[in-house]
Amino acid sequence: MSDAKAVADRLVKAKRLNALLTPPKDLRKSLNAQAAAARPTGVLYGMPVAVKDNICTLEFTTTCGSRILEGYRSPYEATAVAKLKAAGALIAGKTNCDEFAMGSSTEHSAYGRVLHPLDKARVPGGSSGGSAALVAAGAVPAALGSETGGSVRQPASFCGVVGIKPTYGRVSRYGLVAFGSSLDQIGVFGRSVHDAARVLSVISGRDPRDSTCEDRDSLRLPTVPESLQGFVIGLPREYFPPELDPAVRRACDRAIRLMKELGAAVREVSLPHTPYAVPTYYVIAPAEASSNLARYDGVRYGPRFNGAVDLRGLYRSTRGQGFGPEVRRRILVGTYVLSAGYYDAYYKRAQQMRALIAQDFRNAFDRGVDLLFTPTVPSPAFKAGEKLGDPIAMYMSDIFTVTANLAGLPAMSLPIGRIKGLPIGGQLIGQAFLEDEMIEAAYALERVVPETDEA
Amino acid sequence: MNWETVIGLETHVQLRTKSKMFCGCSTAFGAPPNTQVCPVCLGLPGALPAANGAAIGLAVRGALALGCTVHPKSIFARKNYFYPDLPKGYQISQFDQPLATSGTLSFVSPERSVVTATIVRLHLEEDAGKSIHDRFAKGTGIDLNRSGVPLIEIVGGPDLRSPAEARAYLQTLKQLLEYIGISDCDMEKGSLRVDANVSVRRAGETAFNTRTEVKNINSFAYVEKALTVERDRQIALIESGGTVTQQTMLYDAKENAVRPQRSKEESHDYRYFPEPDLPPLVLTAEFVAEQQSALPELPAAKRDRFVAAYALSREHATVVTSNRAVADYYESVVRAGAEPQAAANWVMTEALADANDHQEQLRVAPGALAQVIALVKGGTLSHQAAKKVFGEVAAKGGEPRNIAEALGLIQVADTNVVAGWVTDVLGAHAPEVGRYRNGETKLMAFFVGQVMRASKGKADPKLAQRVLEEKLAASA
Ligand SMILES: [Zn+2]
Repeated sequence: MSDAKAVADRLVKAKRLNALLTPPKDLRKSLNAQAAAARPTGVLYGMPVAVKDNICTLEFTTTCGSRILEGYRSPYEATAVAKLKAAGALIAGKTNCDEFAMGSSTEHSAYGRVLHPLDKARVPGGSSGGSAALVAAGAVPAALGSETGGSVRQPASFCGVVGIKPTYGRVSRYGLVAFGSSLDQIGVFGRSVHDAARVLSVISGRDPRDSTCEDRDSLRLPTVPESLQGFVIGLPREYFPPELDPAVRRACDRAIRLMKELGAAVREVSLPHTPYAVPTYYVIAPAEASSNLARYDGVRYGPRFNGAVDLRGLYRSTRGQGFGPEVRRRILVGTYVLSAGYYDAYYKRAQQMRALIAQDFRNAFDRGVDLLFTPTVPSPAFKAGEKLGDPIAMYMSDIFTVTANLAGLPAMSLPIGRIKGLPIGGQLIGQAFLEDEMIEAAYALERVVPETDEA
Repeated sequence: MNWETVIGLETHVQLRTKSKMFCGCSTAFGAPPNTQVCPVCLGLPGALPAANGAAIGLAVRGALALGCTVHPKSIFARKNYFYPDLPKGYQISQFDQPLATSGTLSFVSPERSVVTATIVRLHLEEDAGKSIHDRFAKGTGIDLNRSGVPLIEIVGGPDLRSPAEARAYLQTLKQLLEYIGISDCDMEKGSLRVDANVSVRRAGETAFNTRTEVKNINSFAYVEKALTVERDRQIALIESGGTVTQQTMLYDAKENAVRPQRSKEESHDYRYFPEPDLPPLVLTAEFVAEQQSALPELPAAKRDRFVAAYALSREHATVVTSNRAVADYYESVVRAGAEPQAAANWVMTEALADANDHQEQLRVAPGALAQVIALVKGGTLSHQAAKKVFGEVAAKGGEPRNIAEALGLIQVADTNVVAGWVTDVLGAHAPEVGRYRNGETKLMAFFVGQVMRASKGKADPKLAQRVLEEKLAASA
């Protein structure tokens, strides 16, 4: 077991990334206390796990990267966090993220952007960029993130680590601060498939506090397979468009060849509604967010800002000054699409499209495909500031990841090579609640893929 | 000009559960502010609702008692609006797919005898907290003990035709919900709240005119008053050439007046959408059947049965069945041997009056009341004496006969003894005897009174009259 001081030292060493929001002093103090209290029989005994700042912990503040929750300390902890602690893990501080998980670069944090561990001019991806960066920098073996539309897989791809988003309902959302409730899931980062998978196994399983969490036992970890004999891997053609970055395509081709060599059957499939996924996502997620974020009104918790002379003034100053521009933009969009007269044209149609997107996947799986393989993101990590002025360009970096959230399917990203030193991720998308098959394939691919080689 | 009022009531009823709708907090009334709260009902970041099965069961019972169609699948929805006592910024309710629809409620209208009003829908929701405006000099307090308390909203159709009728509807609804035990229906504690949609039209018109919504009717006593004020306001407005605008009117009980809600207080667009934190509410046929079998005999059925079984008039049966405890009490008295009509008379008068003065306690055991009734019937007690005995048993308990004896109230039914008193009375009132014999037979009441006085109230008055008649006739 790594002792508390060594754990803290490694985290503090990565301070320049601005990935950790917990002050070193608080971190050291808590880690000492946690190490003393940890159960030696737990399956994660002594394993430090950093936690995204939108997941409630008793040990540290939970700010969601927002000014509006500055200094907020939750009086209860998320089910996932409680399960980690029960398994002997150490909660290794809170990680920086896009405000309320809204963003794809971790530039939208009220507490400053997170640097990419390999190139400080670039972003680590987002919204769980702090968790991804800490794992990539070797500061922790694993971290919790959260996904609404790719917020674990996209930064995993950018940072060159493993990121798993489980099936919707596999992990309790109790204590995960809601963004888009029908899409949100807690996800896991690991240095390796095994590190990510064992943490996922611990946090998964039923929770009566979350009515959308399936009544199932926790995930059983598969063994590392000798081959991929018997696996049918589908390649959705919509995820390999002509304009795809050639290096990304080369990395994918290499991974596909390796999977074939391991005995997998590979077959092209079509998910025809893919082009509608990003617009669908950007109706449903903001709609739910506009309602989920209504509670931040300055009445019960969080800071109050100047300018509150009456009730309206309190709302205005709290929400106007407490939320950053991206959050405000999404609240406005979400409020609009739920408004009387627009609901049918936007929210209702988006729900219909969501059903079609989910049906695409079922059709592919019904035709004998076990898993889908795609690039995780169309390109490697972009430069800080590059897409800040162009929200649509930023949103398009989620184009290959939002579909799994809309369909509620398990998906993961693992490193499959580099372009000019920057990591590229390959994505596996599995069938609902068949994370074990997806992880099994990832184990096999991880063993053979030259993840740090140029593609 | 003849005007007709059209009223539909939306009633919010707190379900009688131990814990709240979506968390485990207590629903007990009267606890210090913000002591019955948790992350869920405080709307803390990350908390999620989990539906209370007991509340769902009670809501289904309510729906069944109102003859509604209970839907096997209904959807929770978020009703979004900002208010400081609404911690999440939305209320979890039901919208386009409610728990139940299309029921009826029959009630006795003061104007139209029995009216059957439609129940449009019944849905589940959670309550908001409470804003306390009068506790702090500079600011509003918020108590979230009530936040998340389970409610059903019962939306009645526009079937009521007068404020008095609305009151009768509400009274019957309250009685029904109390009967089936799903709510306390205490308006003063906020466990029953009512908003009214009101419009007026000229007699004979069939279309509905623009309606207003009257809110803030905080007590049962105000229902009729508030609706009368609003009806009169609309009529006066139209008669003076104005038009009614669709708006919310707040009733002010102190002034007995309504005022329009400031437009700022109005929420125009609740942006309802399906609650993503809760799966659809799916009810199995077995669950609904269980709730059906948990329902007691409903008031209307009980009233009809009392009319048939005990030969009571509809009016008497209505009074006796107005409350489940009273109805059960009545039946116990009858079972203990009392004659049904006499039992009804006693329950409606002495028993209810006594209960009214003593926190609704029916203090005389059914067997004791049956005995009192039997003593009157057997001539042992006069009606007046029996009332005294009833009061004594109510206050101190004990056997009615023993108490009657102890109080010296047993009637003398011995003809010889009574004849002695009669002789004395006739001897002392010779002029009246003469007038009686000349045809002034109404003096009989006078003679009976004198005998009762002479006997210090112990003579059986019927026997006294018989002896008087005999003696006055015999020596003519
Ligand atoms: Zn609670």
